[in-house]
Amino acid sequence: MAATISPSVTTSRPARAGRGKPIDRQWSVPYRFLLPYLIVFAIFWLWPLIDSFLLSFQNTRVNPWTVDVAVNWRRLWVDQAFHAALRNTLIVLVLQVPIMLALATAIALALDSPKLAARPLFRFAFFAPIVVSDVAYSVVFRLLFNGQYGAVNQALTAIGLPALDWLHDPTWMMATIIIAVTWRWTGYNAIIILAGLQTIPKDLYEAAAIDGAGAWRRFRHITLPLLKPVIVFALVLSVIGTMQLFTEPWLITDAQSSGVSIEMLGTYLFKQGFRNLNFGYASAIAYTIAAMAAAMAAFNLLLARRSPT
Amino acid sequence: MTTLPEMRTTFARPAGGSGRWGSILLTAVMTPLALLWLAPLALMLLFATLPDSSIFSPTLPAPGTHFFANVAALAGSANFLRALGNSVMIGLIYTVLSVLLTSMAGYAFARFEFVGKNVLFSLLVATLTVPYAVVVIPQYILIARELGLSNTWVALIVPPLFNSLGVLFMRQSFGGLPQELLDAARVDGAGEWRIFFTIAMPLVRPAIAALSIILFLASWNSYLWPLLVGTTPGARTAPVALGSLIGLNVVPWGALMAGATLMTLPMVVVFVFLQRYFVAGITAGAVK
Repeated sequence: MAATISPSVTTSRPARAGRGKPIDRQWSVPYRFLLPYLIVFAIFWLWPLIDSFLLSFQNTRVNPWTVDVAVNWRRLWVDQAFHAALRNTLIVLVLQVPIMLALATAIALALDSPKLAARPLFRFAFFAPIVVSDVAYSVVFRLLFNGQYGAVNQALTAIGLPALDWLHDPTWMMATIIIAVTWRWTGYNAIIILAGLQTIPKDLYEAAAIDGAGAWRRFRHITLPLLKPVIVFALVLSVIGTMQLFTEPWLITDAQSSGVSIEMLGTYLFKQGFRNLNFGYASAIAYTIAAMAAAMAAFNLLLARRSPT
Repeated sequence: MTTLPEMRTTFARPAGGSGRWGSILLTAVMTPLALLWLAPLALMLLFATLPDSSIFSPTLPAPGTHFFANVAALAGSANFLRALGNSVMIGLIYTVLSVLLTSMAGYAFARFEFVGKNVLFSLLVATLTVPYAVVVIPQYILIARELGLSNTWVALIVPPLFNSLGVLFMRQSFGGLPQELLDAARVDGAGEWRIFFTIAMPLVRPAIAALSIILFLASWNSYLWPLLVGTTPGARTAPVALGSLIGLNVVPWGALMAGATLMTLPMVVVFVFLQRYFVAGITAGAVK
């Protein structure tokens, strides 16, 4: 894809020849620029990445911690609560991500179309959620989806539909989480897809129109194939984000208390790691999330490279 | 000079037959969807102005005058104003530090050749795809248990500085500068730091603005890490303080909506005026 952010000269060029005296550039200069960031990066990302892997092979329920290669991984295999969290997360993932990306693509196409009137207003409506914090929108959605007097149920009953137990029934809790996350992230993905749309040369459409291709065929054979790398990028980011959802189930449903809640991988990890202080087991859960996210990312990238739509 | 992309506002496509009716149809389809999208924020604003007793009324109430009473309740029950102050200060310090560190690193990647460059860069890109869950546990053990830094600003500000977004973003921006400009300064005898701070940095100001906005927003909205290391009332950030009210037996909904409004409204206003900076920050990784 062509760069849209900046004119793209990304690598440095050696000093031009024939400029008189060669410019003295010490070998250590780049490292000095890098050092402050690299220190932070090493301590707070690289080492934790390794440490968490090592922790997953330790029994952290005894004091002092001991190396026990299988204890956490064996537990993952038999832990019903973990399986429930995994299942819930995958269900949300499989439903929410495609719905959101389809919606984001449709919205991006609409916002890119000169036929849409009052575009700045529409852009505001769909993009504003990107600045809203997880916590703020979670408490708002918890109120709106309240089973007794929430605005959503009031709207449903007003048009003759039954009120739903959004925050306590397992199925509807899942729906609430899906709706909430979709509201928050569709605009974000629409921005990414819109940026992708705007890199498609418009003479392609003109040529296709001259050849008699209708709007649907132009979308199917020009827009979609050229948009694929951008959609795959959005897909990978969305999968990673949804895999570790925490704030929404934590604050919208009752995942904090032991009440009725929708346990997801993010909330289960939080409870194991930071409530029970079982860091070893929590690390095993974290690496499971990472492995699945990596597998899905790799699969998506592979898919994107293979089929020419 | 680095420039930010303008969202293209007109896009001359061959009109697909019925131009006018197509326009009316598209706008008519999109309007209900947009209203649905605006509803949560609109209702948040509405409920923030109401006392708890009117929020759960069976019909949609008119806006009230209870906003400041709600804020006062919030300040009382969650020390929310202190938490807002913490969030502002932590966000500002984090932003300045992160912009500085990642600009320097991005400059090194953009303008120099050095041993290990490619390996290092791949590692930085990997941070975007490795779930945060994997690093948060050791971060917590280090900061809270081994160093005992819970409830300090160091704990809240320093670990999130690992974020590599700025490096990738600034690398792209510095990459666009003409080499001749930097070389001329070198010939004139300027040191590398001086070239960086007095020539390179001022030239990428729009990129720095975009990055600052994205980083401040990330800090302002972050929840999990402050929830772990900022637990005392004095060290809480605004999201943590707000989230703590959900667990109460009687949830003060009016106060919660007022708090959500205080956290959201300033950002929405900034977004309206600086939309393209947000867009530039978000699309930085996507389109390349």
